[in-house]
Amino acid sequence: MAASNQRLEVTLDTQLESVDLAENIVTRVAQEAGFGEDELHRLGMAVREGVINAYNYGNCQDKRKKIHLAVEFEPETMVVHIVDEGCGFELSDVEDPLAEENLLRTSGRGIFLMRAFMDDLAVRKGPTGGADLVMFKKLPHADSGNGNSQAR
Amino acid sequence: MTLRGTCRQIDDVAIVDFSGKITLGEGSATLRQTVRDLVGQGQRKILLNLGDVDYIDSSGIGELVGAYTTVRGASGELKLMQLTKRVRDLIQITRLFTVFDVQSDEAAAINAFAKK
Repeated sequence: MAASNQRLEVTLDTQLESVDLAENIVTRVAQEAGFGEDELHRLGMAVREGVINAYNYGNCQDKRKKIHLAVEFEPETMVVHIVDEGCGFELSDVEDPLAEENLLRTSGRGIFLMRAFMDDLAVRKGPTGGADLVMFKKLPHADSGNGNSQAR
Repeated sequence: MTLRGTCRQIDDVAIVDFSGKITLGEGSATLRQTVRDLVGQGQRKILLNLGDVDYIDSSGIGELVGAYTTVRGASGELKLMQLTKRVRDLIQITRLFTVFDVQSDEAAAINAFAKK
């Protein structure tokens, strides 16, 4: 695990246990950044869904592949990257789970929940061609109106 | 602890009291198997008590939906009761209140079955 003042990187195995591990890591970092209980839960849920996505759809449960988790801080935002080693995907290809015809599907809600729990979500191309899920959450002090706020 | 379920019966309603987390892996599998077993035993009125379930992810939501369709496919009814705030919020934002019959307490839930 490598860490700098502004960035924490973790390489996870493609296994179920990595879902809980990633959630725990990010919520601990977020707690140190001053997020309250409700926001910690939402952050944790979003990361959980992102790693599930990487595990199931990105890496197709292939234990030879890795999931790369990174957390970084911009002046007013916490940014989480979840990168898989699959083939990547387009957000526009993800069906709407709220559509009537999709309500009884047993899967397909992960991206929707990530968007619901985070302030913003983007999907980029990872360094090996997989998906880089990028999630943004405004830091607690960023809403205070204090122009001197700084990220940790 | 992931998920534990305890089954009991009130008249022709099978009630499963769950506690723990319904998440990808063991928790979701427990929910799935419990409902399938009940349907296999001939139960057609199944009530899931989620009062002690404080955490559910998209996989857990998917399993609840799967349980609903499994019971409905067997010409039965599946209802939920006593959702915690976090589970309720997830059911709300995923529009699954239009699918599930969610009751606030056991008496109301059992009456809801009886009305049909």
